[in-house]
Amino acid sequence: MSGSLPVTDPAGDLIAEDLACRRGERLIFAGVSFRLPAGGALVLTGANGSGKTSLLRLLAGLIGAAAGRLAWGSAPLADDVAGHRARLHYVGHQDGVKPGLTPRETLAFWAALRGVDVRRRAPLLDAALAAFALERVADWPCRWLSAGQRRRLALARLFVAPASLWLLDEPFSALDRDNRMRLERAIEAHRAQSGRIVLATHMPLEIGAAASLMLDAFAPARGDVADG
Amino acid sequence: MAAFTGLFRRDLRLAFRQGGDTGLVLGFFVLAVVLFPLGVGPEPEVLRRIGAGIVWVAALLAALLSLDRLFQSDYQDGGLELLALSGLPLELVVLAKCAAHWVATGLPLALTSPFLAFLVDLDPAAIPTLALSLFLGTPALSLIGSVAAALTLGARRQGVLLSLLVLPLYVPPLVFGAGAVEASAAGTGGRAHLLILGALTLAALPLCPWASAAALRQALE
Repeated sequence: MSGSLPVTDPAGDLIAEDLACRRGERLIFAGVSFRLPAGGALVLTGANGSGKTSLLRLLAGLIGAAAGRLAWGSAPLADDVAGHRARLHYVGHQDGVKPGLTPRETLAFWAALRGVDVRRRAPLLDAALAAFALERVADWPCRWLSAGQRRRLALARLFVAPASLWLLDEPFSALDRDNRMRLERAIEAHRAQSGRIVLATHMPLEIGAAASLMLDAFAPARGDVADG
Repeated sequence: MAAFTGLFRRDLRLAFRQGGDTGLVLGFFVLAVVLFPLGVGPEPEVLRRIGAGIVWVAALLAALLSLDRLFQSDYQDGGLELLALSGLPLELVVLAKCAAHWVATGLPLALTSPFLAFLVDLDPAAIPTLALSLFLGTPALSLIGSVAAALTLGARRQGVLLSLLVLPLYVPPLVFGAGAVEASAAGTGGRAHLLILGALTLAALPLCPWASAAALRQALE
């Protein structure tokens, strides 16, 4: 599936030390540490509001940490924000799909955003559409797609440009059984090429040797307010 | 560069395909200008005196009409996060979106304005100046509007708040745009006004994307 995509991955683990996250006045979690090696997977679990999405957005560099350190190998992420963005794919719980465009146009746009050259784009788009069996609806307007098909289109973004780190927020929601299996196979293939994955989910997963992080355990005590 | 043109072309395609933006803006522009002769009476002298102002104010309100959608749909469907994570700096994201907004709204306004000039009995000699002033001034309207659109993202009653923020900032382009047409109708030539109008657009070109990008970063937090 992703066999033709080279995953560029410099040596070094993704390291989080003592991360804390604050939204508004409220401290969501504190003291989160982990180390994600090449080929590794980290599964985030926890109750609603325990900070799974916040941690993913933090890893994507969309929000800043209230405390702690994030580094790729020996280099802090804050030193090279653009470089970090180029090596990750973030699939949030919103699909970012425009009703007025077709899936093929949507993927072509995402490929353009990642700086994929026009001449190299066509085979990548076909591969991305095939990865989640979207060929049949490739030229329909997205307003005709079901929730599951939109979700698959958002996930197909993972294939339009190679990226080492996949950050997936509830990727299995709205997916049927066949497509769950497609995604699990894609995840395994990505890890086999020493890609890394952090994913938040409620559902039990069938992927091998994944570390898991239960965010409920890092919630601050009631009434605890982060200083400064 | 591929990312910049990709975003520009996608926004244009969305604007034209959904048919709403350009058609709505032009429809509003024409209707607003047509209403004035009905309101103030059909005396040609009165209309000729205020014609330039009418066309410019109508163009300004028409441009305002489509501004709230500039970032709103991307903000709501998660597309803004993807844009922020792309290799393109947010300043250039804003610039690409403003460019598409201008081609879909400002440019059609400038191109339609000569026909509306007849409705308000504008001096024929001033008609090229009217089109040129809109051509030079509407990019500033899109750029200045982007700052307000980014600042009001996520606010309740975004449309109203946006108008309150952006209309005072539209005063300089309005003064020099309408001024250029009046000066040219009076025979003194609108060159000085047009130069200042162009300078306003040139000043907005680097400043507004920078301010909008800062506001978008705030909205994404």
